[in-house]
Amino acid sequence: MLKTIAVRIVLGIITLWAVSVLIFAATEVLPGDVASAILGQGATPETLAVFRHELGLDRPAYVRYLEWFFNALHGDLGIAMTNKRVIVEVIAPRFMNTLFLAGYAALIAVPTSVVLGIIAAINEGKFIDRFVNIISLMTISVPEFFIAYVLILYLAVQFEIFPSLSTVFPEMGFVEKIYTTALPAFTLTMLVMAHMLRMTRTSVLSIMSQPYIEMAFLKGLTRSQVIVRHALPNAAAPIISVIALNLAYLIVGVVVIEVVFVYPGVGQFMVDGVTKRDLPVVQACGLIFAGAFVGLNTIADVLAIMVNPRLRHPR
Amino acid sequence: MKLFGYKPTSTAWLGLAIITVFILVAVFADVIAPYSESESVGQTWDDPSWDFLLGTDNIGRDMLSRLIYGARMTIGVALVTTVLSFLIGTTTGFLAAVGGTVIDQVLSRIVDVMLSIPLLIFALIILSVFGSSIMTLILTLAVLDSTRVFRLARAVATNLVVMEYVEAARLRGEGLWWIMRREILPNALPPMISEFGLRFCFNFLFVASLSFLGLGIQPPYADWGGMVRDNGKAISFGLPAPLWPALAIAMMTVGVNLVVDWILSINSRPSGASAEM
Repeated sequence: MLKTIAVRIVLGIITLWAVSVLIFAATEVLPGDVASAILGQGATPETLAVFRHELGLDRPAYVRYLEWFFNALHGDLGIAMTNKRVIVEVIAPRFMNTLFLAGYAALIAVPTSVVLGIIAAINEGKFIDRFVNIISLMTISVPEFFIAYVLILYLAVQFEIFPSLSTVFPEMGFVEKIYTTALPAFTLTMLVMAHMLRMTRTSVLSIMSQPYIEMAFLKGLTRSQVIVRHALPNAAAPIISVIALNLAYLIVGVVVIEVVFVYPGVGQFMVDGVTKRDLPVVQACGLIFAGAFVGLNTIADVLAIMVNPRLRHPR
Repeated sequence: MKLFGYKPTSTAWLGLAIITVFILVAVFADVIAPYSESESVGQTWDDPSWDFLLGTDNIGRDMLSRLIYGARMTIGVALVTTVLSFLIGTTTGFLAAVGGTVIDQVLSRIVDVMLSIPLLIFALIILSVFGSSIMTLILTLAVLDSTRVFRLARAVATNLVVMEYVEAARLRGEGLWWIMRREILPNALPPMISEFGLRFCFNFLFVASLSFLGLGIQPPYADWGGMVRDNGKAISFGLPAPLWPALAIAMMTVGVNLVVDWILSINSRPSGASAEM
C-alpha cells in the first residue's frame, strides 16, 4: 500500500514538472513572438530587438525554461512586465485569499452534498430524490455568473443582507471576512455541490445492485441500514475522488466568481494579466492553479487507495 | 410521436423545443430582431416598454435585439468549436485504439499532461499569447476540448477493436483509415452522440465565461457572455439587465441537458457519470 501511494506521489511530481514545461511552451515556444505581440504592428525591427533583449527573448528557449523553472522552485516567479513589481509579493496574499474562499465554500459544500446524496439514494425515485435531482441538474446547467447575479440581486440589493462586492483587507477580522465573502462562497458551493451530490447518489446506488447487498436485505435489514452500513463504505472511494476533483474544479470556478465579486484573489489577478498580456504574471498564476489542481488530484488518488481495500495491491 | 425510433419523454420534448427555438432565432436573427445589433436607440438601461421589450443595455442598445444577434454568435462559436473538437478528438482517439501501442502511448501521455491543467487556465494562458480573435478562440477551445473527446473515443474504440469483425477486416487487408471509418465509427456513434451534447454544453458555457471575463468574443459582436459583463453594474441598482443574457445561456444549456439526459437513458448510462470539467 505504501509503495502504491509512493508511486502515485512520484507520478504527481512528474506530472507537475510536465505541466510546467507545457505552460512554458504554450507561452514561449509557440509560433507568434511575445515581443511583437505586445508591441503590435507598428514596431520597428530595432525596437523589437531591444525589447526582446530586455525580456531575455534572444536566448534559446531551453535556457529560459531552466532559469524560470529553478527560480520558481526557489519561490521566485519573476517580475511583472507592466508595473515591474515582484510577482511573489503580489501573489502571496492573493493566494491566501483564494484559498480562504475555496476552503470556505468546500466546508459548506462537502458535508451538505454527501448527506443530500445519501438521502436521495435512500429515497430513490421518491419526491425528495427527484427534487434534489432537478435542482442539481439546474445548477450544473447554469453559468456561474447567473447564480452569482441572482444571489446579488436578491440577497444584496433587494434585501441588503450581504454586501454585493467582497473587498477584503488583511486587517479585517475573521468574522467580518466570513460575512463579506458569504455571497461568493455560496455561489461556489452551489456550483460544486451538484456533481458531488449526483456522484454520491450514483455510486451508492450502483453498489446497491451487488449480491452482498441483496444478502443484507434478505437478512431483514431496512433500506437505510443497508445503505449506511454496507453500501456507503464501499462507495467511499469514488465519492472521495469526486470530492477532490470538485475541489480542483472549485479552484477553476474561483476565477469567474472572483471577477464577479471583485474579490482580490489569484483568479482576478490572472484575468488582469491576460488582459494586459503580462506573460510572467500569467505563467505564475497558471503554475499556481495547475499545481493546486495536480496536487488535489494526487491527494484524491492517495485517499482512494487508502480507503478502498481492493486498490491497496497493485495488479 | 417518435424520434429515431424512440419516444422522447416530456422533458426531452421541452429540451428539443428550446433548442429549436434558439437555433431558429440564431438563423433568422436579421428578420426577427426589431433593431440592429449595434445601434443606440434609447437611454442607458431603459425600463422594458412596448418599444424595447426587455429594455435597453448599458449604452442604450435594444436588449432583445442584442439577445437575438447574440444567439447567432454564442451558439455558433460553441457549435463550430464542438464539431472541430470532435473531428480532432475522435480521429486521434480511434487512431490510438487501432494504431498500435506506440501511437497509443504517445497520444495518451500528451493528453494526460494536457488534462492535468484546468481547461480555463490553459485557455487563459494561450489567449494571453495570441489575443482573442474568433478564429484563435475556436481553435484553442477545440484543441483543448478534444482531449476530453479523445479519452472517450479511445475508450469506446478499445472495446470495439477486439471484436471479430474488426479482426476480419484486418485479415481482409483493409487499411487503418478504412477500419476506423467503416467498422469503429458506426459502432461508436451512440455514446459519442450524447457526449456531443455534453461537450457542446460545456463549450457553450466556456465561451460564455471567457466572454464574460472579456477574453472571448470581442465587441462589436453581440454575445451573451459579453452582454452579462457589459451590464453587470446594473445589478447594483436593482436592475435585471445582466440576468437576461445569463438566463438565455442557462435556458440553452438546460435544454441541451434535458435532451442529453433522454439520450443517455436510452443508452442506459448513469447520468452524471460523464460529468467532467
